[in-house]
Amino acid sequence: MASLGRFIRLTVGACAFLLVIAASVPCKAQQVNPTASSVNEQQLLQELNRIQGRVSIPDQRSGVLEQPAGRDWREFRNVTLRWIGGITIIGMIAVLVIFYLTRGMVRLESGRSGRTIVRFSAFERFVHWMTATCFIVLAISGLNITFGRPLLLPLVGFEAFSEWSQWAKYAHNYLSFPFTIGVALIFLMWIAGNIPNKVDIDWLKRGGGIVGHDHPPAYRFNAGQKAIYWIVVIGGGAVAVTGYELMFPFYLSGIEGMQLAQIVHSIVAVLFIAAMLGHIYIGTIGMEGAFDAMGTGDVDLNWAKEHHSLWVEEEQAKGHAPSGGTSRPVAAE
Amino acid sequence: MARMKFLCDADRCIECNACVTACKNEHEVPWGINRRRVVTINDGKPGERSVSMACMHCTDAPCAAVCPVNCFYTTADGVVLHSKDLCIGCGYCFYACPFGAPQYPKVGNFGSRGKMDKCTFCAGGPEADGSREEYEKYGANRLAEGKLPLCAEMCSTKSLLAGDGEIIAQIYKERVMKRGYGSGAWGWKTAYRETIES
Repeated sequence: MASLGRFIRLTVGACAFLLVIAASVPCKAQQVNPTASSVNEQQLLQELNRIQGRVSIPDQRSGVLEQPAGRDWREFRNVTLRWIGGITIIGMIAVLVIFYLTRGMVRLESGRSGRTIVRFSAFERFVHWMTATCFIVLAISGLNITFGRPLLLPLVGFEAFSEWSQWAKYAHNYLSFPFTIGVALIFLMWIAGNIPNKVDIDWLKRGGGIVGHDHPPAYRFNAGQKAIYWIVVIGGGAVAVTGYELMFPFYLSGIEGMQLAQIVHSIVAVLFIAAMLGHIYIGTIGMEGAFDAMGTGDVDLNWAKEHHSLWVEEEQAKGHAPSGGTSRPVAAE
Repeated sequence: MARMKFLCDADRCIECNACVTACKNEHEVPWGINRRRVVTINDGKPGERSVSMACMHCTDAPCAAVCPVNCFYTTADGVVLHSKDLCIGCGYCFYACPFGAPQYPKVGNFGSRGKMDKCTFCAGGPEADGSREEYEKYGANRLAEGKLPLCAEMCSTKSLLAGDGEIIAQIYKERVMKRGYGSGAWGWKTAYRETIES
């Protein structure tokens, strides 16, 4: 019986083998092209502008095989941004120089009264200068990333430039935290005086007193200062969000998101720098008596009357300021 | 002089990851960094292909173009290398790279990132060839010893080719002619602005 079983198995096996041979013969005749249905690189790139797959290593982000979008970002970073940054910043400096040469310092028309009024408290000045010093370091270290290679590197050499850039990068990353806190505090402590109102329209129509020698009335903050406030709040918020996105890669987005974040970060930053140049100008050499507001915190009463007449009236009504009649100097609160 | 390139014949890659392991071992690449990886597209579906990818050593490399401190350089063999002494770990090369090659040893830590690491085509870095400093920073310098990158040398199916661009393109063309098909040289159009006609 055992031999019969072996015979049957052999016969069945031989039949199956012949069947396989017979089946494979027509297949050999027609050429099989395994790429006919396979994935195609150019097609995949056209569909999504990136190719993504599965990887077996733990770093799942490396599953992105190709993302040629970096080419557009490179063009922005190396060409477009340098033009935007160069034109806005050098343009602003040129405008300020021309303005200073033609208009000169905006003088106190009635001279100093010798009496002062409190404009900014110690806390307000602390927040302002904390944010301002951080901003200056952030601006210089940020401009270094965009303009350092063509402008500074040829002058100082590779080693020195890398060393400086390394420290500049650390400063940029770490000072972003006090800067962001400063922007948040500025937003909260000055929001009340910075809501645009009808007085601002009149102020703007009369050129804010910068063009010409007019002194349109203003409350604590005039339309120009309100503009600076909103530039700091919105611009500062935008650079903070996009900056942290870049500082913590992949927490918020993938590479495309980081390219976009860098574009927003850098454009807002150069516009911000240009705006702050104007702010620094008007707060220092552009206007007599203006620096005191952030220096000692007390401004001359005549300065306040010329530039913030409605605010002085408010303060006098509250008893926070000397009334116009007395000539006796009053100490600051 | 040769113009060194990588070419992955996706129709031969079996996703064994030997190239990944060989690279990690040869250069003692730190944890979390993979200079080479194998990506499988359409995994488990008809038309699935696996591609082994690392730095492609691009012509007019985007990483080198955007680097704020200009730490990249191209060797006479067309290999794109960088100096870890000059690198400030800003992450710009990693935004620009089409192949996800640049990686950083530190994650988070307020963006300090550490020095960028990427495939060197087994050609080390700016330090003296075969020196201890070079090995510690960049790994082995096989090119200086007259050897080709280990990933391609030990590829079990000879899917991954590394060497002079013209020679490996010729090998690939002959393969495609003989077997009658080929899904193309992956990444070549992006990296070298050229492709292999087959």
